[in-house]
Amino acid sequence: MLAYYFHLGLRSLRRNPALTTLMVMAVGFGVAASMITYSVFRAVSGNPIPDKSAQLFIPQIDGWGPQQNQKGEPAEALTYNDAMALLRAHEAKRQTMLYPVQLAVLPDGKRDLPLNASGYAVGSDFFAMFEVPFRYGGGWSLQDDDARAADVVISGELNQKLFGGANSVGRTIDLGGHDYRVVGVASHWNPRPRFYDLFSTSGFADEPDFYLPFARALDLHMYTGGRNSCRGELSFTNWTDYTQSNCVWITPWVELDTPAEVASYRSFLTHYAAEQQRAGRFNWAPNVRLRDVAQWLDHERVVPPESRISLAVALGFFLICLVNTIGLLLAKFLRRSGEIGVRRALGATRREIYTQYLIEAGTVGLAGGVLGLLLTALGVGGVGVLFPPQIAKLAQLDASLVGLTLAVAIVATVLAAFYPAWRAAHVQPAWQLKSS
Amino acid sequence: MKLHPMIAALRKHKAGVVLIALQIALTLAIVCNAIFIIGQRISRVNRPTGLDESNLFLVSQQWVGAPSADSADGVAKLDAMQKEDLVALRNLPSVASVAPINSLPLLNSSWIGSVSLKPDAKFSDKAGNARTAYYFTDEQAMSTLGVKLVAGRWFNAGDVQHQGFRDNPPHPVVIVTKAMADKLFPAGDAVGKAVYADGSSSPSTIVGVVARLQVPATGSWVNDFAWNATLIPTRLNSNGSRYAVRAKPGQLEAAMKAVAPTLYRVNPLRVLDDDSVKSFADIRAKAYRADVGMAILMGVICLVLLSVTAAGIVGLTSFWVGQRHRQIGVRRALGARKVDILHYFQLENLLIAGSGALIGIGLALALNLWLMRHYEMDRLPLPYTLIGVLAVLVLGQCAVFVPARRASNVPPVTATRAV
Repeated sequence: MLAYYFHLGLRSLRRNPALTTLMVMAVGFGVAASMITYSVFRAVSGNPIPDKSAQLFIPQIDGWGPQQNQKGEPAEALTYNDAMALLRAHEAKRQTMLYPVQLAVLPDGKRDLPLNASGYAVGSDFFAMFEVPFRYGGGWSLQDDDARAADVVISGELNQKLFGGANSVGRTIDLGGHDYRVVGVASHWNPRPRFYDLFSTSGFADEPDFYLPFARALDLHMYTGGRNSCRGELSFTNWTDYTQSNCVWITPWVELDTPAEVASYRSFLTHYAAEQQRAGRFNWAPNVRLRDVAQWLDHERVVPPESRISLAVALGFFLICLVNTIGLLLAKFLRRSGEIGVRRALGATRREIYTQYLIEAGTVGLAGGVLGLLLTALGVGGVGVLFPPQIAKLAQLDASLVGLTLAVAIVATVLAAFYPAWRAAHVQPAWQLKSS
Repeated sequence: MKLHPMIAALRKHKAGVVLIALQIALTLAIVCNAIFIIGQRISRVNRPTGLDESNLFLVSQQWVGAPSADSADGVAKLDAMQKEDLVALRNLPSVASVAPINSLPLLNSSWIGSVSLKPDAKFSDKAGNARTAYYFTDEQAMSTLGVKLVAGRWFNAGDVQHQGFRDNPPHPVVIVTKAMADKLFPAGDAVGKAVYADGSSSPSTIVGVVARLQVPATGSWVNDFAWNATLIPTRLNSNGSRYAVRAKPGQLEAAMKAVAPTLYRVNPLRVLDDDSVKSFADIRAKAYRADVGMAILMGVICLVLLSVTAAGIVGLTSFWVGQRHRQIGVRRALGARKVDILHYFQLENLLIAGSGALIGIGLALALNLWLMRHYEMDRLPLPYTLIGVLAVLVLGQCAVFVPARRASNVPPVTATRAV
């Protein structure tokens, strides 16, 4: 019977082509607008490291004080002094400091012009903490950190440019005038949003080209290639003065597995800040934070406002399309009151009428969903108009989006059909038979 | 025509009436806010930067293996390299003028500080303090950028110094924008006065005032000081440099093409990639991409929304016309003219759309409040709401016209036929 109702539904689509086209277009446009904006929203608000996001934490210490901090919130990065203190204390199982660096790469033999490369100065734990996948080799060790080894991990892309994609572990590259030994080649790894560096990036940037040891970068007095934020009068003119200034530029990360570890790290931070207050470096009460990845993404407002507004507007649009569909379905169903009256008089129950018209609405939803899918495919290709390319290319029409588009279209249309179908089921057979 | 029988008739179609009114209300709410967003974004994109933007482009480059800017010796070498570049670029036949500069409006790479009337000011001081973005440039910047001087004088070659990127020497002379001068010196006598940059104790004398110059950042966080720029006659020395270049009229492309080979001839050990030579039009397009995109998206949504609503009205009214075929025939037989029937449906629509619009105004304000709370939106001005109301009423009238005319064409004889 259901298959028969479905068949009837398909036939009725052809009966009033104008009304049907209107409904299908309304559902199609509504669902497409929602899905296009949702695909972007999903991409920018996703969890970049789902299995570890609750174990990775970013400590913040207020080194600026209530007069100069950001409305009571500590700065989003650490000063050199605080970063070094956390590094030395080593209170977490794994920890890394990081900051972006920009260096020129001299291709082998100096045949070609130099390339610009951007990467990060990181600790040895970085690779294990953030689950960086490797194609060849691996990260460096804690001993290499201490030995300030001239090691480097390069991206697959840089490996392709410099070594034609061959296994380059053990070879040497010239970065910013110094030689580094390649210890690992990363597979494609670019979590988005780039949760680990929201201080210098907006969360969406191209894959970094290399990672080199933090201690080595400091030894070479490499200034940050990213953001640097200071308070008060700037009086430094060289590296040593710079590191002693209140400028923040280093992002710290720690890995803490249990709530007990989190609590103990939090008290360590408070303790540290209190100690700095006692020593006279801070003249304000400890003001520290310890946020996990999700809280950090939220605090840094990674999701662009355009994405939320357009999603909200698209959902409102979809709602209007559904209200429209209710009206049109009402018109479509009640036009056939005579037919319903005959069926009821011949013994069909209200429930059967109800089922038939819901299924008919379902076929409208399906047709709308197919149109919506086509429009979504077109629209996803066109989100580049609204979002920068780094974000636009994240929006993709994958299997789950296809399924969701069809499901949303059908479910929404069937929901919209509840009232019209109810009206259809309550048509008075006697009245209808009399009037025709 | 009396409204009473019409309202009585509408009571028979509660569902349809409610649906049309609701649809109009929601449409009004979204269209008002969407048009408001479009208006805001367009006015943001259209604000002038203060530059003469045609024929202007920016070169950003980095030296490889350059000396460190932390030593006096390194700074001197870097400055010599920068001067060589400037000479080479200025000698290009397609180039009108060149100025070294750390950033440009809309480039979103800024050096922000605050300028005060008193020495040794604190960051938290509010009075006599203006947040500003610094442009480090030289005496050729006025002709290169195309900014307009409204008071005092421009820099001369003798004013121009050079400094390492991280050094903080005193800057004896500066030029500020009019917005900034008015903030610090409301009396309008800024020229010749001393100000202190970033809590410094050494004074900088304002020698000139330019009409307008936007800061590099475009985010909402600079809204308070978007026009507070300070120009400092200093070449910044670091391992990279930026040059603003004004091409001779009509020779923009030729000049942009000539840059890379010219600079490589001066010194091949540098990085110049696809992004290094950018016309100001590109910088502007990139800075406002999200705003333009948002305006387009809202525009498309408004259009589709209005068509969907219009189509809905056409559909439901057609249905009503079909349902009331006989009544219309009766009215016609009793002496109603065609135009009476037409007016009946038009008035009916006006009634429904009007009540929908009333609810819609409430919804529009509620949506606006929600956007204001979450997305730094301004309050929706009344004219936008009124224009929105007018738009949905006109839309309703246009949509109802076709089915209403069909209704008016029902012949009086229908009254006798169908029974």
